[in-house]
Amino acid sequence: MKKNHALHGSASFSPLNATVFPYDAPNPRGYVKTHGAISGARLKVAVRSMCSLALFPLPRLGGQVTLYEANNELVWGNSTECNEKQHWTPPSLHFPRETLKPHSCPESSSKAAFLDHRDTLWMRSAGAWRDAGLAGLLDEITNSSEEVPKWLTLSSGCVLALLRWMSSFHCSLFPHLTLSGEDMVAEFSQVLGWSDSAIRSFAWHPHTDKFAVALLDDSIKIYNSKSAITPTLKHRLQRSVSAMQWKPLCASTLAVACHTCLLIWHVDPNSLSTRPSSGCAQVLTHPGHSPVTSIAWSPSGSLLVSASPVDTAMMVWNVAAEICVPLQRVGGGGVTNLSWSPDGSRLLAATPSALFRVWETKMWTCERWPCLKGRCQSGCWSPDGSRLLFCVQGGTVIYALTFSDMTGGPKSAAVVADLSETTFSEPDGDLIVGGEVQSLAWDPTGERLAVLLKGNAESSIHSAIIAVFKTRSSPIFELLPCGFVKGEAGTEPRLMQFQPHFQHGALLTVCWSNGRISHVPFYFVVFSVRASPHGQGRGCAGVVGEEVDEGSGEFSRGSGRWDTAAGVWDHPGISAQASE
Amino acid sequence: MFSFNQSCWFIRKVVRWRAIASIAWSVLLLPPITSLLIFIIRFSVFHPTHWLSGCLGVLTEASTLFSMFLLCSAVILIAFFNLQYYTVVPSIPCSRVALLAEVLHPGQCLHSLVHCAVGMLVMWCVCVMAGGRYHTLHTPCTHSESGGPDLCLNEYHLFMLLAGAFMGYSHSLLGMVQNIHYVSFHIIQQYKYMRFKGSAWWLVKCSAVQSLYSVRNYIILYFLFGRVPRTWISHTLNLHVDSSVHSLDSFGGLCDVSLFYQLWVSGMFLLLTWYLTVLLFRIFITEPYRFPVQSLFSEDAEECLPKVLTENSVLVMKFLALQDLALLSQHSPSRRQEVFSLSQPGGHPHNWNAVSKECVSLLSELTQRLVAHHDVVASNGRTKPPSDRSDPRSSSSSCSVTSGTEDLPDSPHRSALTRTPASVFGSAVKGVNSPLTAPFTPDLTAPFSSPALRPLLSPQVAHRPWLGSVQSPHVTRRNPKLWSTSTDSQTNGSPAPSPDPAPKPAEQQKPSFLSQWLQNRKEQVKGFLAKRVLVVYLFNKLPEASSQALFADSQAHIWALEGLSHLVAASYSEDKYGVVQTTLPSILSCMLSLQEAVDRHFKLPHASSKPGKTSYSLGDSAYKTLRFALRATLKTAIYRITTTFREHLHAVSIPVEQQKRLQQFLEYKE
Repeated sequence: MKKNHALHGSASFSPLNATVFPYDAPNPRGYVKTHGAISGARLKVAVRSMCSLALFPLPRLGGQVTLYEANNELVWGNSTECNEKQHWTPPSLHFPRETLKPHSCPESSSKAAFLDHRDTLWMRSAGAWRDAGLAGLLDEITNSSEEVPKWLTLSSGCVLALLRWMSSFHCSLFPHLTLSGEDMVAEFSQVLGWSDSAIRSFAWHPHTDKFAVALLDDSIKIYNSKSAITPTLKHRLQRSVSAMQWKPLCASTLAVACHTCLLIWHVDPNSLSTRPSSGCAQVLTHPGHSPVTSIAWSPSGSLLVSASPVDTAMMVWNVAAEICVPLQRVGGGGVTNLSWSPDGSRLLAATPSALFRVWETKMWTCERWPCLKGRCQSGCWSPDGSRLLFCVQGGTVIYALTFSDMTGGPKSAAVVADLSETTFSEPDGDLIVGGEVQSLAWDPTGERLAVLLKGNAESSIHSAIIAVFKTRSSPIFELLPCGFVKGEAGTEPRLMQFQPHFQHGALLTVCWSNGRISHVPFYFVVFSVRASPHGQGRGCAGVVGEEVDEGSGEFSRGSGRWDTAAGVWDHPGISAQASE
Repeated sequence: MFSFNQSCWFIRKVVRWRAIASIAWSVLLLPPITSLLIFIIRFSVFHPTHWLSGCLGVLTEASTLFSMFLLCSAVILIAFFNLQYYTVVPSIPCSRVALLAEVLHPGQCLHSLVHCAVGMLVMWCVCVMAGGRYHTLHTPCTHSESGGPDLCLNEYHLFMLLAGAFMGYSHSLLGMVQNIHYVSFHIIQQYKYMRFKGSAWWLVKCSAVQSLYSVRNYIILYFLFGRVPRTWISHTLNLHVDSSVHSLDSFGGLCDVSLFYQLWVSGMFLLLTWYLTVLLFRIFITEPYRFPVQSLFSEDAEECLPKVLTENSVLVMKFLALQDLALLSQHSPSRRQEVFSLSQPGGHPHNWNAVSKECVSLLSELTQRLVAHHDVVASNGRTKPPSDRSDPRSSSSSCSVTSGTEDLPDSPHRSALTRTPASVFGSAVKGVNSPLTAPFTPDLTAPFSSPALRPLLSPQVAHRPWLGSVQSPHVTRRNPKLWSTSTDSQTNGSPAPSPDPAPKPAEQQKPSFLSQWLQNRKEQVKGFLAKRVLVVYLFNKLPEASSQALFADSQAHIWALEGLSHLVAASYSEDKYGVVQTTLPSILSCMLSLQEAVDRHFKLPHASSKPGKTSYSLGDSAYKTLRFALRATLKTAIYRITTTFREHLHAVSIPVEQQKRLQQFLEYKE
C-alpha cells in the first residue's frame, strides 16, 4: 500500500528535514529530504513550523473517494460505500448541473426582445435616467441630435466624455470595477468556479443539524434533520447568490447576499410550508452597495456586516431595526470577503487590492495589512479568535497572524505552510497537487484545517483538491499533514464548510462540481475548548477560560505521546462501527 | 441656567460638560463653514479673479467679523435649545389632533418663535456677507414723482430675511414632527471623531435637500402672500417701493436663477449649522459612560452602577447606565467579576441582586404594559366580565403611553420613564399636555371617547367609505371585531352602550334620569360630530402609532436583555459563588413571559408593518423600528441562555407552561 513518491520539480519548497516531524505525525512514510531549499536567514525562523504538501500521504487514484478519518488515517473507498454510522447522517445530496436552469438573461434587460419603438424625447430621457442614471441620460441626449438643440448635444457629449474619462481613470486604479456584476461575484467568491457551479453557496446552521443550499437556479433549499420538509426559498430579488449565513443564537434567520440586495429570510422551523412566501424575507438595500459578495453575522447574533467590491464602505446592520452604519475606508477600492472571529472580537475584511484590514469590534477601529503579492483570497480564524490564517492570490503559502490583547497585535505575518506544486509519481501516472488556494476552513475545535487548492483547469493531472492539515497550537503553532480529500473521478471540489457542532471531531461538507454534496467526518477526541457558542467575546476566554485552555493543552500533548506509543487510537464513537 | 441647577450629580458632572464640549465644537466649526459660504455665495463664473479678491476682502472686513460673532451666539442659543429639548424617549402622537396640540403647545411655540428670530438673524448675517444687492434693507432710488433721490425698500434683503424666518419656523415644526430632539443610541460603538466623519457628508446632503424643499415652499408662499409683509415694512419704515424693478412676488421677479442659487446656498448654510449642533450634541451625549460597579468609598456609592440603574429621575443617566451594563457584560471580564462578587462583610451578592432586580423589573413592567394594551384591544367593544372591568389597571388606553399624559397606574417605572426630567420642557409638556390633548384625543378620559365615535376613529373602519354615513345597527354590530385601539369605556363613567346588551353591574352605577338624559345629549353631539369629515380626519388614529408608542423607550429594555443574558451566559464559567443561579428562574420566567406578550402583540394589526423610510431628514426614525429590535434581541437573549446551559435548564424550576416554551428554545424550534 505504501508507495514511495518522489518530489519533482519543486525541490526548492521543502525546507524540512525529518527530525522536525512531530511524534504524532501519521505514519510518516517516504519523506524526501531535499537540500538547498532554505535560502537566506528569513526562512530559518519558519523552518520549525512549516509544513508542505510533500509530506502528505499519497492520494488514491482510480475513482476512490475519501470516506472519513479514523485512527489518524484517512479511509478511502468506492463511492458506493460512503455511508458511515452517525447520529444523524446528513443527506448526501445530488443536484445534477443539467437539471438546474440558470437565468437566461442575467443582467441586461429584456430590451432586445422587443421592437424598437420611438418614444418622445422626454420619455426616453426619463427611461434612460431611471435605467442608467446620469450617464444614460447624457448618452440619450447625445444620440438624439436631431431632436435637441445643437448646443445641448455638444455639451452633453462633452460631459459624457469627461465622465467616461474619469471613470476609466478610476477603473485603472481599481481594475475590478470594470467587471460586470456576475463576473465580479465569480471573481471574489469563495466558491471555485462560481459561475458554472451547480451549488452556489452552502451554509450549516450554527446550532442544529440544518443546512441551506443555494443552487444555480437562484433557489435555496433547506434541509433539516428533524423534519422531512425541505422548504424552497425563492424571491424576485434573489439573484446570483454569493453567500449565505444563518444567524447565530436564532433558529430561523438566514441572511443571503444577492446581486442587488441582502435578503433576510425568516424560515419558521415549525411551519409545514414548502414554499415560504416572499413576505418572510426582509430586503436590505443601501445605494451603491451591490453586488454583495460577502456577509458575516457577529457571533453574538446582534449585528450583520455586508461587503461589496464596488463599495468602499462596509455596512454594519442592525437587521431587525433595518438600521445600517457604513464604515468607510477608501483604500483598497471595496471589500470582498468578510470573516468574523468566533469569539466576536475581530473581523477580517479583504479588499480587491493588495490590502486587507482587521477590525476590532469593540470600538470599530481597524489595522491595515498591506500584502506584497496580491489581494487576500481567503482567511479563517482559530476558535479562540487569537490567530488568523490567510492566503493571498498568486501565493502558495499560508500565513498566520497572532493577535493577543497583551502585546497589542502582531507586527508581521509568519508563513506556516507551503502549498507549492508537488508531483506524486505513481505507476498509473503522475499527479500534481498544490498551487494557489481558493479557500480556507478551520473546524470549530481548531484541530483540522481544510485548504481548497485551485489546481489547473487545463491539466488533467492537476485538478483542484482539498488538503487537510492537523493543527496544533502548543507548544508552538504548527500545521501537520493529515491527507487529501478527493471525490469521484472527474469531479473537483467547489466549496467546503465544517459543520459547527459535530460531536466526534470535525465534519467537513464538500460540494463537488457534479452537484453532489458529501460529508467527510474526521473522528478524533476533542481536547481543546471550543469557542464559546454564545459569542461571549474575550469574556469567556478570559479569567477562567485561560486556565482551562492551558490544562487541556497539557492534556492533549500527553495524549499525543500516548497515541504514538500505543500506535492505536480508538474513539468510543467509532469503535462500535469498527466491530461491525 | 436651565437644567444645570438640577441637583443630580450626573447632570452636573457629565451632561453639562458633554453639552459644553459639543457647543464648543460647533462654534469652532463655524468660522470655516462661514468662510466657505462666502466663497460659494459670491461665486461668479465670469469674473474668477474678481470673485477671489472680493471674497478675501470680505473675510477681513469688520462687518464680517461682527456677523461671525452674531452667528456664534445664534449657534450657542440653538445649542441651548437642543440641550433643553432633547429626549431619549420620543413622544409619539397617536392622532393628528395630538400632533396639533403639540404644535400649539406653549413650549413648542416658544421654540418656533426663537427659531424664527434666529433664522432671521442668520439670514441678516448672510446678507451682510454676501454683499451686493442684498446688503441693506434700503437702497437709494429716484422717485418717479418727486424726481429727487430717495430711499427705497430693498426687496431682496427683505426676501432673504423672511426666508430665514420661514426656514427657522419650518425647521422647528419639522423637527417636532420628525422628533429631531430624540436622541437615539448608535448600534455600534465608535470614537466621536469617526462618528462625526461618518455622518458629516450625510449632513451636508441632508441640509442641501431640506434647503431645496424649504426654498420651494417659501417661494410659493412668497408668491402668494409676499405683498403683505412688503407693504407693511415699507409703511412702518416709511420707505418707498421702487416701481422700476420687478417686485419679487411676480413671475418676472422670481425668474432669477442667481436669486434661487443664493437663497438655496444660504438656506443650506443655515440648516447645516443647526444640524451640526444637533449632530454634535447627539454624538457627545450618547458616548458611553463608564460607571464604576462598586466603590471603596461610601460617598461614591450613588455613582455606582447598581445604584444608578435604579435611579429614574434622570432618564439619560439610566439609559447610559443600561448601555454600560450591556457593554461590560459583553466586553469586560474583570468588571463582570465585580458584578458577581460578594460583599466583603456579610458575603451578600448585592451588586448582582441590584442589577438583576432592576433589569427584571424593567422587563416585567414592559410585559405588564403589553398585556394591558392587549387586554384593552381585545376587550374593545366586547363585553368583558365585570371582574375585569372593575380592575382600573386595564383601563389605560394605548395612547396614554404616547402622549405621556397618563401612565399606567400600576407601574411607577413607567411614570418615571415617560417623564424627561433632564429637560424642563419634557416635564412641562407632560404637565400642560394633559388638559390640552385630553379633550382632543379620543381615547382619553374625554367626552369624545364613546363607542359611537370609536368605529370612526379606528383606522380599519375609517378606511371604509360607507361607514361614515351608514349607522345601521347591523353595521355597528360588526364594528367591534374591527376595533383595534381605544379604551375601556369605564373611563367615561358609563358602561359601553354596545349593541349587545351588556350585563350592567348594578352596584357599579345607579342610572338616574338626569345622567341618562345627559348621556343621550352627549351621544347626539358625538353622532353629529362623527359625521364631519374634518373631525374624522383629525381624530383618525395614525396606524401603528400606538404600537410605536408602547415600545418608545424599548432601547432600555434591549440593553437590559443584552446585559442580563450576557451576564447569565458568562456566569456559567465565571460565577464562582453561584450568585446567578439563585435568580436564574426569575430571569428566565420574566424573559419567557415577555416573549409571550411580545408574540401576542405582534399578532395585532399594524404591529408588524414596517414604517416607510424617511430620506434626508435629520430626525432620527430609529424609534419606529425599536419593537422589531426588541423582539429580535429578546429571542437572541433567551437562546444565549439556553445554548449556554443546555440540558441543565431542566433543573430550573419555572411554571410548566414556560417549561414547554423553554423546551422549544432548547430544540431550536422558535
